[in-house]
Amino acid sequence: MEQMVNVFIMGKKYEVPASLTIMKAFEYAGYKLVRGCGCRNGFCGACATVYRVPGDRELKVCLACSTKVEEGMTLTQLPFYPLIKEIYDIEEVKPTEQVMMQLYPEIYSCIGCNSCTNACTQGLNVMQYIAYAQRGEYEKCAEESFDCVMCGCCSTRCPAGISHPQVAMLARRLNGKYIAPECKHLNERVEEIANGQCEEAIRAMMALDDTAVREKYNTRDIEK
Amino acid sequence: MYTQEMLESIKKVEAAREANAAMEPRRMTAEEKDELLKTYHPDYRKDQFGTIEIGPNKGEAAPLELINILEGKSSLLGNKPDLSCPDYETDVLIIGGGGAGCSAAIEADNAGQKVMIVTKLRVGDANTMMAEGGIQAADKPNDSPAQHFLDAFGGGHFAAKKELVYKLVTDAPYCIKWLSELGVEFDKTADGDMVTTHGGGTSRKRMHAAKDYSGAEIMRTLRDEVLNRKIPVVDFTSAIELIKDDKGQCAGAVLKNMETGEILIAKAKTTIIATGGAGRMHYQGFPTSNHYGATADGLVLAYRAGAKLLYQDTLQYHPTGAAFPEQIFGALVTEKVRSLGAKLVNVNGEVFMHPLETRDVAAASIIRECKRGNEVKTPEGQGVWLDTPMIELKNGEGTIEKRIPAMMRMFGKYGIDIRKQPIIVYPTLHYQNGGVDVDSTSETCIPNLFVAGEAAGGVHGRNRLMGNSLLDVIVFGRNAGIYAAKKAANVTVGEMNLDHIDEFEKMKEEAGIKNDNVSPILLPDYTRKA
Repeated sequence: MEQMVNVFIMGKKYEVPASLTIMKAFEYAGYKLVRGCGCRNGFCGACATVYRVPGDRELKVCLACSTKVEEGMTLTQLPFYPLIKEIYDIEEVKPTEQVMMQLYPEIYSCIGCNSCTNACTQGLNVMQYIAYAQRGEYEKCAEESFDCVMCGCCSTRCPAGISHPQVAMLARRLNGKYIAPECKHLNERVEEIANGQCEEAIRAMMALDDTAVREKYNTRDIEK
Repeated sequence: MYTQEMLESIKKVEAAREANAAMEPRRMTAEEKDELLKTYHPDYRKDQFGTIEIGPNKGEAAPLELINILEGKSSLLGNKPDLSCPDYETDVLIIGGGGAGCSAAIEADNAGQKVMIVTKLRVGDANTMMAEGGIQAADKPNDSPAQHFLDAFGGGHFAAKKELVYKLVTDAPYCIKWLSELGVEFDKTADGDMVTTHGGGTSRKRMHAAKDYSGAEIMRTLRDEVLNRKIPVVDFTSAIELIKDDKGQCAGAVLKNMETGEILIAKAKTTIIATGGAGRMHYQGFPTSNHYGATADGLVLAYRAGAKLLYQDTLQYHPTGAAFPEQIFGALVTEKVRSLGAKLVNVNGEVFMHPLETRDVAAASIIRECKRGNEVKTPEGQGVWLDTPMIELKNGEGTIEKRIPAMMRMFGKYGIDIRKQPIIVYPTLHYQNGGVDVDSTSETCIPNLFVAGEAAGGVHGRNRLMGNSLLDVIVFGRNAGIYAAKKAANVTVGEMNLDHIDEFEKMKEEAGIKNDNVSPILLPDYTRKA
């Protein structure tokens, strides 16, 4: 007999197998999900969930797709949270401190309560990456926030009204476009292709008949 | 976390680790690979395929589950909406908000056309978001587009459309640059060189990555760009049927609000299907690494309207799906784990193949190893070890956290530290190699209907290489956007109609097909039936 636990989905009690993830528990209970379900494997942030367990006053957060149910868990999903996403032209912005002041000035109202970090479903140091953003240290902000799935749980707890995932998104784009070192070999290859320098070799490859191309493939040297 | 039996087997894996890590297993010959595929690859299980009985691919094979929806019933049959007052009018209509859809939207917007995205979940909810390992491009000095062509064409068993592979590999370096300029962060050395690795079947190290969140990093950046451009995104709204006009051209789509069921009409000069793959069809009962919405909608819509499919009978089973614990059964374990040096090991601690064969060969080889009685038994079935601690043995401590943090997190949540213990893997349904037949402008045989990304066929032949699908969605998403926008400038939409639904039903009747299953299915049904 399968081991069962009781969970309270939006307060209503259901008995479900103890081995299920929260997402599968919803489906076991009879739900067909449209909201609050995306990649089902921890990459998309669609299934942010808040919950409590008996005997613990702490409000916990997780992704429903990658967290197992627990006995007595009371949970609800946050399938949507109104984050602020500022519009900007990536060609026009520059990686200066001013850009954050203009677009997301509320980050400077951070009171250092660390609620965002405690609410991160990915276990990121959210308050730290906001601190980096405040100082215009976008490279560090990008690295610290890299694993963010933009579920928005951090923002639900923020007394300063910061939309942390969007701040981090801007920082990563600034870093990727303006701060990360240019790639020389990439630029050279793009130019060679544009100048038609790669054309002859590939056309010759395409012109090979079936036997010849099989031979070429099966005997090609493979970089160690 | 592991059972006692698994722990016993791990001892053998550990004892052999050093020797296993040092060895370079032989690669299979072409003949060995052919024999292996024919005997063990799921695509060769004849009882799992049927024959398509109507439409442009009549007489050809397809998975039984796909035939069931291709020959299904339109939800609008006998219940057609009024098309005379469209709710939306646009130049370019894009169905799907993943990597291909967003790339197409950006380029069509660049061309100055009015663009709109409809997506059945949220924009960015797509397989692109879940791609972990990387994106190929021949941009290193020892590499070339011609070499990339050879790898992709050969890896696809010489079946791909050459002009599409040409486009894929020739546009690749520019697409990496395009993404970089949008702000995508690639793994680089301090002086800007790309950190690249092998994928299965590559002859040069040309896999570019953003840790093991490569697709997520690309997808969230594309989504941010779409929003910055104020391109309208109608989310939680699915296309349920294409609309044609009296000239036989595609003229938009009938849409359905996923939450309220409201039917809406979108009129468009050109339409791009970018609906992705089919993992959630669970062909042959396999688990899948795919997104919740991967239900082959685009194939159904296009086929009912008269478009032709290509290689609909070939699916990719990713060799390394998670086989344990059950909570992540079928989830993707990126090929990058093998690129970084982890080998596949059987229950006795023996390496049984080269870790970087192409995916179809690797999957078949794992299935064979299990059938030989060398499997690790799990509650859901079986698998083989993927010896992750080898990575740090080879590349030093800290490599796993830095290069594959998502994998470390995914298993860490269930008490498995992949730096210390190996993991159990088995093939999982991963990719639709075929799709709708398109030309090099991404247009189908139906005028003004374009298809890009996983929903299109012909780019990868009968097997896709790692890193060529992220590349595909960018190259052909952009391509479709550019050509759909260009064509839209000269299109006049005629009288709109849904006659093709009746014509399709008539073909079914004549062929004696009784299939009342409504398709596209839009989402899989996982609700437990009491």
